Amino acid sequence: MNVDAWMDFEIWDVLFLKNYNTRLVVLSTFFLGISSGLAGSFLLLRKRSLMSDTLSHACLPGIGLMFIVVTLLGGNGKSLPLLLMGATVTGLLGVLLVTAIRNTSRIKDDAAMGIVLSVFFGLGIVMLSLAQTMGGAAAGLESFIYGKTASMVGKDLEYLMWITVVTVILCVALQKEFSLICFDENFARSLAWPVHFLDMLMMGLMVGVTVVGLQAVGLILIVAFMIIPAASARFWTEKYRLMWMLAGAIGGLSGWVGASVSAILPRMPAGAVIVLVSGVVFVFSMFFGASRGVCKIKSRQIHMRRKIGRQHFLRAVYEILDAQQTGGNFTVSIQDLLEKRSWSRKQLQKHISRAKREDHIETVAGNRIQLSEAGYAEAARYTRNHRLWELYLIRFADVATRHVDRDADHVEHVLGPEIVRQLEEELDTTLHGMTPPESPHCIVTEGSI
Amino acid sequence: MSVPTHPPSVPLAIDDLTVAYNEKPVLWDIDLDIPEGKLVGIVGPNGAGKSTLIKACLDLVPRASGRVMVYGESYKKQRGKVGYVPQRESVDWDFPVSALDVVAMGTYGKIGWCKPVGRKYKKLAMESLDRVGLADFAHRQISQLSGGQQQRVFLARALAQDAQLYFMDEPFAAVDAATERAIVTLLHELKDQGKTCLVVHHDLATVNEYFDWVILLNMRVVKAGPTDEVFTAEYLKSTYGGTLSALSKVGDALKQTKGAIK
Repeated sequence: MNVDAWMDFEIWDVLFLKNYNTRLVVLSTFFLGISSGLAGSFLLLRKRSLMSDTLSHACLPGIGLMFIVVTLLGGNGKSLPLLLMGATVTGLLGVLLVTAIRNTSRIKDDAAMGIVLSVFFGLGIVMLSLAQTMGGAAAGLESFIYGKTASMVGKDLEYLMWITVVTVILCVALQKEFSLICFDENFARSLAWPVHFLDMLMMGLMVGVTVVGLQAVGLILIVAFMIIPAASARFWTEKYRLMWMLAGAIGGLSGWVGASVSAILPRMPAGAVIVLVSGVVFVFSMFFGASRGVCKIKSRQIHMRRKIGRQHFLRAVYEILDAQQTGGNFTVSIQDLLEKRSWSRKQLQKHISRAKREDHIETVAGNRIQLSEAGYAEAARYTRNHRLWELYLIRFADVATRHVDRDADHVEHVLGPEIVRQLEEELDTTLHGMTPPESPHCIVTEGSI
Repeated sequence: MSVPTHPPSVPLAIDDLTVAYNEKPVLWDIDLDIPEGKLVGIVGPNGAGKSTLIKACLDLVPRASGRVMVYGESYKKQRGKVGYVPQRESVDWDFPVSALDVVAMGTYGKIGWCKPVGRKYKKLAMESLDRVGLADFAHRQISQLSGGQQQRVFLARALAQDAQLYFMDEPFAAVDAATERAIVTLLHELKDQGKTCLVVHHDLATVNEYFDWVILLNMRVVKAGPTDEVFTAEYLKSTYGGTLSALSKVGDALKQTKGAIK
């Protein structure tokens, strides 16, 4: 059999989950991804993402200790339920200790987490070394550190399915309670919601997911499972319900794809590959996220710049026409426009060609341009809005104007028709329709907005 | 010592309230009886314990001693009658929710566990938003709102609580004129409905205009009563004046003795 044929056969097997082992691993990481994505969303919004790192490291001494105790008592030290129970106990202890350090001393959260994480991890390593001296049975215990999907068994998958079901149920049932304490803890408390209990539930979810996921990705990398899907999802939406669902989906998908890839490429540890896959998803989200991705923000800026440029150009034309006092849409010389603002000929040409594309310019003949009917109306509107804004700023100079949207197309929408009317009256201008009031200052030279 | 009783018609009665952080007293022996249907301003210098007073009433900070009664009962029993507007800076406005979602939080207490926000409560939230003039912004993400609008979202949330007694922590801090007007109108609306509002306030210039009642606070109640009686130069001087450091000195001394005994 040549290599290609072997690869094809293998990929086929993996994709259709033909092999029992592959099926076990892929489904396990898939469920782990979903549950950790959901639980991680709360942690991210509660600003406690790193707590899961402390927790996972604090699991190690529990595993070692449980092994030693059970072996000494003559039982099977590698029984998975018992090991995970041990992990849960010390994991919880670590989390409680962080809370205790934070509440009773002046040490901040990050330092408290660092201390607990490293001390518990050190203790865990000591425990494992002790366990090694007890004979060969302890050989597989290190797999909890880096994760070893090959050592996963049917029980792992079963636990992961259960924890996923529990997570989904809790997320759906308590979404309003969880979002409330994540957003405004004090308000929740004043409403008599048991913030502490809800926090414990949230932490409990995190503990459950972490402990059953240890075998799959290892305690060092599992924090990535908690943070990355949720952080990636945040780039796509401003709605928390959607964010949770997305985080679950991203986590599940990363788990599936990562485990499949590691099954196809021999000797690639699943945990690491899965984290790399979710890392790719994160980078992609960061750049292309529909809500706050880098590209989206950039394109908003470009859009904004264009809009401001268009306003400046049309207003400049309008003000030149206004100064000529001919009262209508006539041609304007490019030379006049050049002198109007501090723009170069090239910049102005750009504005003109864009305005042409947007049908704001009727004709360009030699050195003169004329606005279209629509362009003239737009120009009048922009000029009117601009001048009303200026009046507003002068009239209400004491007001915190930074709080209002200066770029609004409709001044009256932001200021309210009453203020607009007041502004119009105050300047004693008789207004008919969209005709702008006179500019409150000399409009010949104008460099800025 | 006899325990004073308070008729259920008194919205808020505070007896001997003392609050301390790290053994340093922040509020000393506060005694207050707030009459119903008044707009009450809580005024005092920075660090006078204005926010702490509110938080102590709401059980958000532990009390070293004292008792707070809301309509004749403990706060625990009367939570449904109390509305709270925290300081705007106390939350992260980058949270992925809309203005309407935040306002709906005011109704969570009535909705109860595990149930989604039904149509009835969405409507109530929408009406509350409308009362603060933000109906058009209901579906905006909250980080896109201006500071004043965010403050009004918080007020709308308290309105959705439909309470009898409101605690507001600096609602006028750093807001635009439109918001300030909206808040004043709202306060008068609440008063006309017979509700009582305690408002932490910073701007001495507007106290006379906005409030019927004033509490002058500086770690202790300097004076409390109707604005025209209490808001005088003399009392203000003793609230803001230099001699007030005496109390904090006592606090420091206490702390030192305690350290020495240890």
